[in-house]
Amino acid sequence: MKKILFALATTAAVIGFSAAASAADKAKICFVYVGSKTDGGWTQAHDIGRLELEKALADKIETQFLENVPEGPDAERAIERLARSGCGLIFTTSFGFMDATVKVAAKFPDVKFEHATGYKTAPNLATYNSRFYEGRYIQGQIAAKISQKGVAGYIASFPIPEVVMGINSFVTGARSINPDFKIKVVWANTWFDPGKEADAAKALIDQGVDVLTQHTDTTAPMQVAAERGIKAFGQASDMIKAGPETQLTAIVDTWGAYYIKRTQAFIDGKWETTSSWDGLKDGILTMAPYTNMPDDVKAMAEATQKKIESGELKPFTGPLKKQDGSEWLAAGVSSDDGTLLGMNFYVEGVDDKLPQ
Amino acid sequence: MRIELERRPDVSKLFSILSPFIALGLTLVFGGIMFMILGKDPLAALYSFFVEPLTEVWSLHELAIKAAPLILIAVGLSVCYCSNNWNIGAEGQFIMGAIAGSILPVVFYEWQSPLVLPLMMLLGMLGGALFAGIPAFLKAHLNTNEILTSLMLVYVAQLFLDWLVRGPWRNPGGMNFPETRTFDATAILPEMIASGRAHWGFAFAIIAAVLIWFMMRYTLKGFEITVLGQSERAGRFAGFSSRKMIWFSMLLSGALAGLAGIAEVSGAIQQLRPVISPGYGFTAIIVAFLGRLNPLGIVVAGLVLALTYLGGEAVQVSLQISDKPIRVFQGLLLFFVLSCDTLIHYKIRMMWYDLSDTASEGAR
Repeated sequence: MKKILFALATTAAVIGFSAAASAADKAKICFVYVGSKTDGGWTQAHDIGRLELEKALADKIETQFLENVPEGPDAERAIERLARSGCGLIFTTSFGFMDATVKVAAKFPDVKFEHATGYKTAPNLATYNSRFYEGRYIQGQIAAKISQKGVAGYIASFPIPEVVMGINSFVTGARSINPDFKIKVVWANTWFDPGKEADAAKALIDQGVDVLTQHTDTTAPMQVAAERGIKAFGQASDMIKAGPETQLTAIVDTWGAYYIKRTQAFIDGKWETTSSWDGLKDGILTMAPYTNMPDDVKAMAEATQKKIESGELKPFTGPLKKQDGSEWLAAGVSSDDGTLLGMNFYVEGVDDKLPQ
Repeated sequence: MRIELERRPDVSKLFSILSPFIALGLTLVFGGIMFMILGKDPLAALYSFFVEPLTEVWSLHELAIKAAPLILIAVGLSVCYCSNNWNIGAEGQFIMGAIAGSILPVVFYEWQSPLVLPLMMLLGMLGGALFAGIPAFLKAHLNTNEILTSLMLVYVAQLFLDWLVRGPWRNPGGMNFPETRTFDATAILPEMIASGRAHWGFAFAIIAAVLIWFMMRYTLKGFEITVLGQSERAGRFAGFSSRKMIWFSMLLSGALAGLAGIAEVSGAIQQLRPVISPGYGFTAIIVAFLGRLNPLGIVVAGLVLALTYLGGEAVQVSLQISDKPIRVFQGLLLFFVLSCDTLIHYKIRMMWYDLSDTASEGAR
């Protein structure tokens, strides 16, 4: 028994020393993931960003992560553990980590925190998000060109502003090409459930949609679309492997550049609280190659992407009406970010009742 | 071939006591081998897993937070299981307790008084008990299977909570996100001591465990529970009513699960969200059996299980490995504990059949 204790004590001491030594040399950048880092969607995109960061600043930093952290009180403990283990900058990569991050940030004023997709900040807590809706506007335009029936199917996750914003952007894009375009929405009430997502896809196709898009994380809808011979859009990662002849394009999350930029600022001592909401022009999201479509559609999609990148085109610009026919934006007026971030209404053309 | 478990006529007292330690030893050996195969220092891994979380004050607090709902629910379940009532739906009762208790801080948020907290706790117990009353009623009067009904009601509770936080109870100032308003300070279960986050939920758990232990050991009610659980017929001869026992055990376990729910929401989360439990109600079933359905054993089992979660995170951070080996390690621990217990009470007998025998049996 004594021997074991001694062994334990020495190991502990060795670990302690090595931790202290490396902490002095390198800044520790930490990540909290809500899913598994190989989920093929949301979390994997963040982990790819982490690996890019590690590669870019290899001599100055080391990274660490906790995966499959449930939202709620467990998240607070996980974040606190990272803060105590010597992390200088902590990225919490799920909306549900918001309040936990706020609480831990208040406790550790010397540690910097960045929370993805939330809206609460503090002197040592920044937020970051991506304008996914810009990509959805392009997808809407493509859908309007490709669809014979003028109806698209939309597999949505949860009725939060982020998702509603995506639906509205898709419809707005589509109606800029075909003013009668409609979409049907199915709420899967999950981010990650291949079975449910596939069922939703089948139901939508049975209702007569001939192009499919999704705001859930698995490739199941893409596979169903491939089986049924209709086109579809990928989500969070390039899903071309699931539908080589099906995927038109995909919104690909590319967090790496942002992580590198913020970490560099942190190392230089120039880190400040920001509420960053970058878009296509900053490279925080990119579009997977436009394929399986006629050349003129591809040219149109590329032109729209350029216009969005240059700031010439803002997806939510009037005249736009809400679903009930009342005016939302007058001609030429663009929506402010506050309205988008709290969006709880549909625009015209959505064939669904928003769950309230 | 068939494998049968046969009850041992004389169970060794010594090994009954040693069993958890043997299991722990086996887990350490096999877990160590696993970490070694992964190329990690097994001693460092085991240290991070079992010792590191116990060396710091903050992490002891976290241990108490994690263990409190497990112990509270499992203690209630032990009464159910001892009396042969199989309540699998503690997760749903936990959620309904949390919802009932949250009526005050969410709907009547302007009412601030020292009475709020005690009333919330009572409402939480009431909510959990009423929800457990449904399978109790169905079993006692319609003779349905409570395993099925209580389990199915879990989904009802989860979806009801989901609807509430997205619909009528949604925080008007919360940017349309699915959550209720955060509780007022008067509705938050205070921390027990100033050094960390642990709230009074842990105290509730210990008190409940001691009271139930006392009841089971020293009162007629405890005797009634045991008798009815072991033989309903014998219980009837003694004048005990198994129907009343269904009501008693289900309502009691429901109330304790409900208390766990409102204590968790009020003490640790401080608002309602679509998901408030990482499966406490189901994990508590494991805790109840790990603690051998003895309330004091359950306290230990709850702490051990909570330690495996904390230790799992510590290993992830200190050794940089994915959480998958940690899950395997937790599984190893449970596997060895349960199999050691089983093999001390039962012995394995291999039954060899002639193949033609089985065939003719099938033909019949």
